[in-house]
Amino acid sequence: MKRQTERYKITTPSESINLELIRDFVGKLARRAGFAEDNVNKIQLATDEACTNVVKHAYKNLPVGPIQVEITLNNEKFVVTVSDKGVGFDIANLTRPDMVEYLNQFKKGGLGIHLIQTLMDQVTFRVNPFHKNSVKMIKYIHRTESADKLRQQEIIMKRSRNRR
Amino acid sequence: MEQNQFEVIRQDQDDISILTIKGYLDAHTAPDFEKAIQELLESNRYKIVIDFSDLNYISSAGLGVFMGFIEDVRKNGGDIKLAQLNDRVFKIFDLLGFPNLYEIYENLGQAIEKFKSA
Repeated sequence: MKRQTERYKITTPSESINLELIRDFVGKLARRAGFAEDNVNKIQLATDEACTNVVKHAYKNLPVGPIQVEITLNNEKFVVTVSDKGVGFDIANLTRPDMVEYLNQFKKGGLGIHLIQTLMDQVTFRVNPFHKNSVKMIKYIHRTESADKLRQQEIIMKRSRNRR
Repeated sequence: MEQNQFEVIRQDQDDISILTIKGYLDAHTAPDFEKAIQELLESNRYKIVIDFSDLNYISSAGLGVFMGFIEDVRKNGGDIKLAQLNDRVFKIFDLLGFPNLYEIYENLGQAIEKFKSA
């Protein structure tokens, strides 16, 4: 049965205490959309990272502003759009770190964007300072399930090698 | 919203300190964890084991705490060893390659023993 596109929205103040609330909201909808728990966790973490960036950077030196998390879902995909009305960010700086170098140099921070891009299937950034900056993150519902299972197996294999 | 989203319990065994972390480690709770490690370093305690058995969730803000202290800890002859991570939390560490930088143990006793036998 084809599912109509459903839309859900939550708006909270840009304070870190609301991250848990947002994770719960997104997690419940991802489960309802039919994702396995592993993918629910990925969607929750990617959303948390996008919202954490808003809390930490979007309203820097400004009063607390809104974080809006909008979910649209249908049979094919689950789309999370996190938006704010803050200062925006430089899209050119959204490069993914070389993790080997990152770890060797004991760097700190800057992993959020990397995680978002790793955990989700498609990510789009839009910047319009003080009006609407947004991160749109898509997870496909069916297409990636088999790929995810393979990835899970890889992780388990890697884990048995790495874990002491 | 759950009460006590995050809690750190410290237990010292000779020169080894074990921090048991519970709940959620995100941008809201990371400063509490940072403070707990900072307190250890201020009293020159550099042999640290983190017991993850009751930690349900970690985001990059939590991972950042480990990255913020590891260099200083190792320069002082210590280490931060991780133990008893559940699958959800381990996957995030693994995804970012952290097992290459940190020693991760299945159980707490192994991590403590590693310090004692060093």
